[in-house]
Amino acid sequence: MTAAAPARLEIEGELTILTAAEYHEGLLRLLTGGQDLEVGLAGVTEFDTAGLQVLMLARQEARRRGVPLRLTGHSAAVLEVLALAWLTPDLGAAA
Amino acid sequence: MNEDDIRSALDTFITEARELVQDFEEGLLDLESRADGPEAVNALFRAMHTLKGSSGLFGLKHLVAFTHVLESVLDELREGRLRVTPGLVSALLPCADHITVLVDAVASGRSEPSAAEQQVSERLLDGLTPFQGGAGPGAAPQPPPPGAARTWLLSLWFGPDCLRNGMDPLSFLRYLSTMGTVVRLITAADALPRADEADPERCYLGFEVEFVTEAAKSDIENVFEFVREDSSIRILPADSAVEIIEALPDNDRLGDLLRQGGVVTDLELDRALRIQHTADAAGRPLGEILVQERIVQQPVVDAALSRQRKTADGRSHDNQTIRVFASRLDRLIDLIGELVIAQAGVGTADGVSEEQAHVLRLVEEVRHTALSLRMVPIGTTLRRFERVVRDVCVDLDKNVDLVITGGEAEMDKALVERIGDPLLHLVRNALDHGIESRAERERAGKPVRGRLRLNAFHDAGSFVIEVCDDGRGLDRERILAKATDRGLIARTAVLSDQEVYALIFEPGFSTAEAVSDLSGRGVGMDVVRGAITALRGSIELRSTPGAGTTIQIRLPLTLAIIDGFLVGAGDSHFIVPLDRVTECVELPADAWGRSFMHLRGQVLPYVRLRQAFGLPGRPPRRQSVVVIEHSGQRAGIVVDQLLGQSQTVIKPLGKLFQDVRCVSGSTILGNGDVALILDIDALMSQHVARDRLAQNRSNFVSSMSGTVTSAGRPGEWDATATAGH
Repeated sequence: MTAAAPARLEIEGELTILTAAEYHEGLLRLLTGGQDLEVGLAGVTEFDTAGLQVLMLARQEARRRGVPLRLTGHSAAVLEVLALAWLTPDLGAAA
Repeated sequence: MNEDDIRSALDTFITEARELVQDFEEGLLDLESRADGPEAVNALFRAMHTLKGSSGLFGLKHLVAFTHVLESVLDELREGRLRVTPGLVSALLPCADHITVLVDAVASGRSEPSAAEQQVSERLLDGLTPFQGGAGPGAAPQPPPPGAARTWLLSLWFGPDCLRNGMDPLSFLRYLSTMGTVVRLITAADALPRADEADPERCYLGFEVEFVTEAAKSDIENVFEFVREDSSIRILPADSAVEIIEALPDNDRLGDLLRQGGVVTDLELDRALRIQHTADAAGRPLGEILVQERIVQQPVVDAALSRQRKTADGRSHDNQTIRVFASRLDRLIDLIGELVIAQAGVGTADGVSEEQAHVLRLVEEVRHTALSLRMVPIGTTLRRFERVVRDVCVDLDKNVDLVITGGEAEMDKALVERIGDPLLHLVRNALDHGIESRAERERAGKPVRGRLRLNAFHDAGSFVIEVCDDGRGLDRERILAKATDRGLIARTAVLSDQEVYALIFEPGFSTAEAVSDLSGRGVGMDVVRGAITALRGSIELRSTPGAGTTIQIRLPLTLAIIDGFLVGAGDSHFIVPLDRVTECVELPADAWGRSFMHLRGQVLPYVRLRQAFGLPGRPPRRQSVVVIEHSGQRAGIVVDQLLGQSQTVIKPLGKLFQDVRCVSGSTILGNGDVALILDIDALMSQHVARDRLAQNRSNFVSSMSGTVTSAGRPGEWDATATAGH
């Protein structure tokens, strides 16, 4: 909220149990920076519970720190899971 | 988390799938032989349904499609729209085989069926078409019509490690939506920790689902078959709200769900929550309050309680077994073997302190316990023959009842696995050659239905399996004629019944005039005997003409450790399996140059160990004879020294010694020396054979020529044998 340009993380490929640890750490680091954060999901090809959890954890952390977090460009894989988990409004574009 | 974990989840699936197929097959055969109880049909249905569900989780679409059709046929049965007929069972049995093939393919890393497999699938499913109700083959599960459906509340909290184990909770949700309609779903993030404390590979999310489906509760439960162990999966009809509240009393979202589902009204819930927040009710579960306030009735609670108890019972039963990798078990047994060897070292020291004696006792107990870990009941193996008997009888147009007794008797898993094939051959043989055709049985005044009995029991340190048929028995004259033809025995030989029957175990012997494609597959009884002998077992045959044949297989309880009797010859040590030793006597001084002695008025043939193994040097002045049992006859082994009993951990011989006969393995003694374990049957048969066949240039080629006993007198052995009976 202080910085002019938001930090941006583009997630490419899998956001699954195989990559969850890596992205979790990356997101946490960016959030600690205190900058606005934008996470691009257009390149996400696979998305599972672990991936979902990473996003939910990030959102929670962002709220705790009062840092705006925006998820953008949801890919089909992401949308399918969000629909399945009935989380579309929660984790949708405006989260 | 990684490939390995997914692989191990898949391995679990494969193991369970195989078990399910086996259950399915046994269930089918049960169904055919007994009146069709609803329980049996249900069990079959469940097996297929579970298999379908778990195949779906691994994305094995072809298995899902195949099992779905089976499931729907079984559903027809379950609903009573279809009767059990031999035709139906015959159509379903090959399906079980085919599933095994498909599962094996998955096990070998192929998740798509080959073209051939696909063809078989289609052919088999076509065969099922007449038994199917409205639904066409291969149709995806239809969402149920809303009228007959029930509403269920599912509370799904998956185990913390499920993600790492390759289970994705979302795939369960996906699968659920094929069974019915997810009316409402809440992804509960309450358990999410602070992000910096979270382990992103651990599952924190839970799902509360309101689900409308026609499927029974057990069907929904089966979807979660694979994760039930470490997860909290609750499936409740929407009307038994108490239980779900009691189950998760602190979960506000559950309250939301119930309210939204219309199970508890807003008013009721508010009231209960208000009560919960008053001082004297603080901490009391919401469920209890709901009941006390008569929001829900007592019967609902009772039902809920009894179901809870049942779940608890089921769980405690589940905990009685644990799956372990066989390799780890082998490693443990191996280590204990080393421990036993080391213990033998302690034992040889003069005198043993009290502490040492205690350790020795404990080692002994640990050994017993460890060996018992490998023990499995033989019943599963025996029951597999139900299928064989059925199929063979159809082929041969015979009616045979299979009776299995003693299936609970336990033996070493390694043995169980290796006894299957020889037994299979014996069973086929009994059905083919033993039991007569229906017409022949009728003529002989016997019941038209033949009887084949598989019996297993423990007997004095060994495991005995009997294959008994009530068929025509062995034809002594025909065997004799055949054996003479083949040059197996001399024309003049006088043989006891026992010996005549034993001839059918000789290589190249088959009495069947017309070799049928069943047992005449080029595998003779000699191969069966070879397999049994390789397991350190023995095989015996009793037969009464016209009344039947009993084949008795005697096996050691385990392959890992034997009680051995240590003897010395020259500088070498040998182990004679203790259970074969009957007594030890001194070799008479006048025994030079002979191969037999007199023992209490009977002739005892013997083998000199020094000669048998070509050991150099002169024998000591006094030698001993270890008297052993060999196929019901007694024989002796001449040794230099008797060194006493010793626990023997069997180490296989290296590849280099594969062809060495008369030795079945080796062991390491307490002092580090190696001792060879004698293969008594091989040792004896080699010498007996040489004795008996000295005249007619037998086809027994001794690989150890020059090791035979001194001048044999052919008549002697036979005389002993007859006298021994």
